[in-house]
Amino acid sequence: MAEVIWGLATSHVPSIGAAMDRGRTEDPNWKDLFDGYAPAQAWLAEHRPDVAIVVYNDHANGIDLDIVPTFGIGTAERYRVADEGFGQRPVPDVVGDPDLSLHLLESLVDEGFDLTVFQELDVDHGLTVPLSVWTPDPGDAWPCPVVPLLVNVIQYPQPTAARCYALGQALGRAIASYPEDVTVGILGTGGMSHQLAGARAGFINPEFDTMWLDTIGTDPVRLAALSREELIRQAGSEGIELIMWLIMRGAMNEQVARVHSHYFLPASNTAAGIALFDNRVPQPA
Amino acid sequence: MSTDATAGRFDVPGTPVFDGQTSRRGLRMNRMFMSLRSAENRERFLADEAAYCRDSELTPEQQQAVLDRDWQAMIDLGGSIFYVYKLAMMDGRSMQYLGGVFTGTTEEEFQAAMRARGRRDG
Ligand SMILES: [Fe+2]
Repeated sequence: MAEVIWGLATSHVPSIGAAMDRGRTEDPNWKDLFDGYAPAQAWLAEHRPDVAIVVYNDHANGIDLDIVPTFGIGTAERYRVADEGFGQRPVPDVVGDPDLSLHLLESLVDEGFDLTVFQELDVDHGLTVPLSVWTPDPGDAWPCPVVPLLVNVIQYPQPTAARCYALGQALGRAIASYPEDVTVGILGTGGMSHQLAGARAGFINPEFDTMWLDTIGTDPVRLAALSREELIRQAGSEGIELIMWLIMRGAMNEQVARVHSHYFLPASNTAAGIALFDNRVPQPA
Repeated sequence: MSTDATAGRFDVPGTPVFDGQTSRRGLRMNRMFMSLRSAENRERFLADEAAYCRDSELTPEQQQAVLDRDWQAMIDLGGSIFYVYKLAMMDGRSMQYLGGVFTGTTEEEFQAAMRARGRRDG
């Protein structure tokens, strides 16, 4: 059976990828962020999974507003890096794992999560920036194949935090029932607090972000109880992306061990957070 | 048909909620913004913006907002910030510039506010 070995929650701000692509990680505006990633990257380099699942959202690059799937999954062999309007990021295309994708799909549909299937998908910064945070120098390939799991966080009504957490739990069971003996890393991406439009543009809420970072490992149920309104009020209209961390967390064990976390602002208009959890720790009897 | 269907759901001051009615209003304009990811379409757009807007079936108000680069109006007329940003990028404008527009400050002031740990409620 397959086993989740770690969960990595991280912001996926495009400017983080741009700073890496342009060699600006030592720039005074960025250094603290990238220094903050280093301990997680070192640990992850020692714990390479056979496959990763990246929970993310697209931003007008791979999909448009003609169809707005609440939840979706990629089932392709390969995902091209999207051209977001300024050329592709200079990072490798993403290799998929269609067998695992189709297993997860079937299992999740059987549990009542009727995912939309993406047989073709260009992946944008929402997926590639987290891969870069994990592996800053991938060379010509990412460390392992990747299954993209998409969430609508752009158009109201986004799925509720509770539904995301439940999807994560079902995802955890789906992974456990995969007959292959493979190890899995799972990435929950987006956030933290930010708002791009409106008179409240630029809104950041460090108290809320700190609470979220402190709680995601130990008491995700408390975060899953937050309403959309509360999330938009507290984290900003785009900060609601944080619901995707709950899918990652739901797929993990009840007890997880925090390996590392870091909080930084601003990454352009956004508070950037990272939290890495080891899933292989003793569980309560 | 209501054009302000978010009223009565919940109201977070200064916070546009991009909902289904907004997305219906903005569908064609957002689709046009997304088309600007390709260099070929950007060239066609820049050669004759009004014609490109008409071909994209924008409403007259949306077309005017685009021609005037009235970023607030684009949001009000159904633009999603992620889509509107495609046009801004084409113009060489940053998200901090747009933040300045939405908050009535300059790009520099907006950026300074972000560096000072962001803007807060009221
Ligand atoms: Fe995002």
